[in-house]
Amino acid sequence: MTERRGVSGDRVKWAVMLPPSLFLLVFFLLPGLIVVLASLRETGEFGGLAPLAGVASLNAEAYRFLAGDLIYAEILLRSFAVAALTTLLCLLLAYPLAWLIARSPKQRRDLLVLLVILPFASNFLVRIYAWIMILGPAGLLYTPSAVIAGLVYVHLPFMILPLYTNLEKHDPALLEAAQDLGANAWTRFWRVTFPLSLPGIFSGAALVFIPVLGMFAVPELLGGTGDILIGNLIKGQFLDNRDWPLGSALSIVLTACVLLLAALAAWAAKRGLHGTEAIT
Amino acid sequence: MSLLELRNLTRRFGSLEAVKDVSLAIEAGEFFTLLGPSGCGKTTILRMIAGFDAPDGGEILLDGISLAGVPPEKRPLHTVFQSYALFPHMTVAGNIAFPLEMSGKSAPEIRRRVGETLELVHLADKAASFPHELSGGQKQRVALARGLVNQPRLLLLDEPLGALDAKLRVEMQSELIALQREVGIGFVFVTHSQQEALALSHRIAVMRDGRVEQCDEPDTLYTQPANRFVADFVGRINLVEVEVTASSKVLLGLRSPCLGEIAATDPRPLAVGERGVFALRPELIRVHGHKESADLKNRFQGRVRELLYLGDVTHYRVELEGGQRIEALMPNAAPGRAKFHEIGDAVWVCWRHDAGVFLRD
Repeated sequence: MTERRGVSGDRVKWAVMLPPSLFLLVFFLLPGLIVVLASLRETGEFGGLAPLAGVASLNAEAYRFLAGDLIYAEILLRSFAVAALTTLLCLLLAYPLAWLIARSPKQRRDLLVLLVILPFASNFLVRIYAWIMILGPAGLLYTPSAVIAGLVYVHLPFMILPLYTNLEKHDPALLEAAQDLGANAWTRFWRVTFPLSLPGIFSGAALVFIPVLGMFAVPELLGGTGDILIGNLIKGQFLDNRDWPLGSALSIVLTACVLLLAALAAWAAKRGLHGTEAIT
Repeated sequence: MSLLELRNLTRRFGSLEAVKDVSLAIEAGEFFTLLGPSGCGKTTILRMIAGFDAPDGGEILLDGISLAGVPPEKRPLHTVFQSYALFPHMTVAGNIAFPLEMSGKSAPEIRRRVGETLELVHLADKAASFPHELSGGQKQRVALARGLVNQPRLLLLDEPLGALDAKLRVEMQSELIALQREVGIGFVFVTHSQQEALALSHRIAVMRDGRVEQCDEPDTLYTQPANRFVADFVGRINLVEVEVTASSKVLLGLRSPCLGEIAATDPRPLAVGERGVFALRPELIRVHGHKESADLKNRFQGRVRELLYLGDVTHYRVELEGGQRIEALMPNAAPGRAKFHEIGDAVWVCWRHDAGVFLRD
């Protein structure tokens, strides 16, 4: 009896897991492999890719080219710096806001969360064009600050939502206990609220940092020529230069860097977040 | 001077008066309990002592000094919360060290005190565990250790045993008594369980609707309840509506519409015709099968309607001739016999003239 239940339980598990697994396989893993392959192939006569002429024609020329010119490493580094700065600014803006939403009366919270995600109701490009109109008269258009402002604006909700979800679950009794045991408001925040919100900070940071790295529309519309990020570079290789192997190689380098960073973050989280699982 | 004094404490929530003019004094080293049904204001009082809530009237004095305007973090008293409120991201040792760190103790002293306190609550081997790795009883003891480690003047406990299962609760009660005796810190304990209150406390204040109905030692509370509510709330009791028919210095004559004459005793001079209730504990009533063995003055005939066999004792519900129902508790103390009477048996119910108390309405 129990054995049969176990088998059907397994079947249910497979039935639930199969569609998303298939989806990821076909639309994530397979394209990824295609890009890896493309990065190892030759450029075609009129751009794009040359016809595949057997395994022997595969080479790491594109990677060698990337390593040979420091400008690529510089743009990659600058992209990471811009992503990090955007993430930090998002965090600083989102934390008090998420905290306020989490502390407001229950019936008002849903409305406030709705307001946070309301900008998604209009088109992303339309909203960026609106920023052109805001920044233009102020004389800030086509500056690094404009790019950062746009990136922060676009990604702020992705920081607010995971933070709010985390902060909302905090047991108010913990803060009362801390206060009762002698902690002032500042200490209560740093010793209780902040460490318990680390999982929310991590997911928010990941949701902001990674998309910003690949972002090309915001720097293109709001930034100057010197403000291009790795995303613009990749887009340029595919659409303007039509050097697909180089564009693919850039994509692979970026993906590898992001994966490395994610692995590091996961490792750090596992070591530093003991006990906070209980509230996430 | 009392350690803690509540003077005419009042707290209103909108139109609801949660605490009405409560005055109490708690002595150093005392285990003091606020007992009452939910919504009686006991937790509100505790929160006002801790500083999480401010009274609308009256004052709270600690060592004779008013606590008005002193925030919770500056009050030399700690709370053990009903949910324990242990910090989930800190180890057991980290939780217990927290109040010491807040008061700026040195690292070696913190280490020493945490170690000692862990010994005190028998958790020395759990110092590095996280709260989610502990059982309910262990969490309870960490919460106690955290409240006691910085030697507060007073420890406030808000239904701390409520979340434990019945067996563990009895165990923790004994531990709590031993612990309180050892540390000598005054405890203010809030509970709705009269059994817990009787077992643990030096003194109990029974509360109802924001007022203290009676404040006494457990045995006084049990044997001499001040009114019908206290009699009914603390322990099981029979309440018989009566009218005074005769009152001398000690002897008291009562008449019940159902039972007729009842002989009782009361040192108070009571007026003939005064109405009230005669309160009688079930364990002071004897149930006999023969009239001859029921030789006490208060003797009534009836029939067993219900019984609850509990092994050591049996609860009998006897319907007397006038229709009055009386609950009696008899120990099953005869060797080889499980219980003495069965449902439907005709029995005699009797009690000594000094067994019950007369309570004025």
